[in-house]
Amino acid sequence: MNSVLTIALLTLQEARRRRVVLAGLIFGIGFLTVFVIGFGLIYRDLQLAPAARSFIPPGVGRNPATSAQTQAIFLEFVAMAGLYAVNFLTVMMAVLTPIDTLSGEIQSGAIQSLVTKPARRHAIVLGKWLGFWSLIAAYLLMMAGGVLLAVKLIGGLNVANVPLGIALMLLEATAMLSLSIAGGTRLSTLANGVMGFGMFGMAFIGGWIEQIGTLVGNATAENVGVVTSLLVPSEAMWRLAAYNMQSPLLRELSFTPFTSASVPSSAMIFWTLGYVGVVIAIGLRGFARRDL
Amino acid sequence: MTHAIAVRGLRKQYGEKLAVSDLTLTVGQGEVFGFLGPNGAGKTTSVKMLLGLVAPSAGSGELLGRPLGDVNARAKVGFLPEHFRFHDWLTGREFLLIHGRLYGLRGAALEHRIDALLERVDLADSGNRMVRTYSKGMTQRIGMAQALLNQPRLVFLDEPTSGLDPLGRLLVRDLIAELRANGASVFLNSHLLSEVEVTCDRVAFVKQGVVVREMSLHESVQGADVTLTIGADGADALRAGLAQFGAAQSNPALPAPGTARIDLHVSDESRVPELARWLVGQGADVYGIEIHRRSLEALFLDVLGEERTG
Repeated sequence: MNSVLTIALLTLQEARRRRVVLAGLIFGIGFLTVFVIGFGLIYRDLQLAPAARSFIPPGVGRNPATSAQTQAIFLEFVAMAGLYAVNFLTVMMAVLTPIDTLSGEIQSGAIQSLVTKPARRHAIVLGKWLGFWSLIAAYLLMMAGGVLLAVKLIGGLNVANVPLGIALMLLEATAMLSLSIAGGTRLSTLANGVMGFGMFGMAFIGGWIEQIGTLVGNATAENVGVVTSLLVPSEAMWRLAAYNMQSPLLRELSFTPFTSASVPSSAMIFWTLGYVGVVIAIGLRGFARRDL
Repeated sequence: MTHAIAVRGLRKQYGEKLAVSDLTLTVGQGEVFGFLGPNGAGKTTSVKMLLGLVAPSAGSGELLGRPLGDVNARAKVGFLPEHFRFHDWLTGREFLLIHGRLYGLRGAALEHRIDALLERVDLADSGNRMVRTYSKGMTQRIGMAQALLNQPRLVFLDEPTSGLDPLGRLLVRDLIAELRANGASVFLNSHLLSEVEVTCDRVAFVKQGVVVREMSLHESVQGADVTLTIGADGADALRAGLAQFGAAQSNPALPAPGTARIDLHVSDESRVPELARWLVGQGADVYGIEIHRRSLEALFLDVLGEERTG
């Protein structure tokens, strides 16, 4: 356990010394600044011109939306767009930041002086996982927290089920992070990147096919989506998070990156937790057995 | 007493390529052991198998009495890798701190150990600088300190002096002598034969991971080659008697007029005075007795050159 913590601290120190933390802060603040400006402008326009209701497609909602409801939907839409971007960035970070932590050190030989210490190889993989997981969790909290705080302070909007939503987004990032670290035990840095983004892309398109399949009533297309979600549960976690964080009114828009025609089952949460466990176990096994 | 290293029939095959075919060797406790061989002889793969970095395809062995790859044995093992790349965004002190923790050291004891080691490898003034700003020699010295953090019973040094200037080499030589004085064993992988010659107790020549020859550098178990220059008269008569000291044969070099040269391989250098007394006793005219000690380099070329042409 001590070795796991030592390696986790080493990983955090590396992120700090190699300016990963600084870059994350600078560009995170940049993102939040743009979001605050955009959200503020939209909020001001909605206050001045409540007629924005004409943008709402006909037939949405059982009753015609009132002006206040329309405003709320707009603000919520922008808030969800912000969280969608945060989710995407967090997943990218989860795949990218640990991408060469094992493959790079294996290639350079830096790993040799760690592995020959009286610590099990497992401790090195778990320590790195823990270090990067803390970084990604902090990044997600900063970014999602910034978005949520901005919509609350500027527009008075209270997003629903925030702890559950953030936990699901973190679980999604955790799955992608685990894939990236497990991949690094066996693959070269480039191959690992191709795998990580390839899997994310597969889940992404699978999720859309599922949505479209549901809308047009094509059960096969829907199943394609379900199967890809089982293989890579990232997109499903986002859809579940988004579904839980939005109001019933916005849910009925049905076809946006953060509304769902078909909502993933909550059993997917357990599936994803198990998935993370299995991926980490594969990584540990891969690293324990390989020649260094 | 258990050996520091004892391995039998270690083999490593990477697909079609055979890196090490059959490595069998023992290294005693307190012994400084030189592991010599040409490039591509499987030296680094052998070291990696001993350290558990690479799993052998066949064979078995023990390090400090525990099976290869055993985690607990590593608590008493130090290692300086050949192409050492460390986390160079750490300062020298932080680097030693991390590695010390991985050895299970903590707190004030670790701090004291780090201070002493930084002092010992002449980096006391550079401990708070990032390793990336170090010269090659400094990096090698901090790597050396890293290998000594746990007061090891067995240290593997893979080309420890390749980046060092003469002073740095002297430092490594002294460190090896200190380790030996404390009863620790050293496994030294080096191309610098002059270095090996002055530091090692015993050497093994390897080729394709097979030890083709093993010898002590202390006792002259290999004997000594002696060239006698004696008066030509009666030289032939002496030959038969010389057989008691070792195998004699005529030296092909042309002797000075009136003299004869005889090459003799004696089993031990200490027999040479006895040989001189015998020659004088036999009434021979002795012009010269030369002892040829063969340098390790000559031996290296002999042992591995034969293999190459053979």
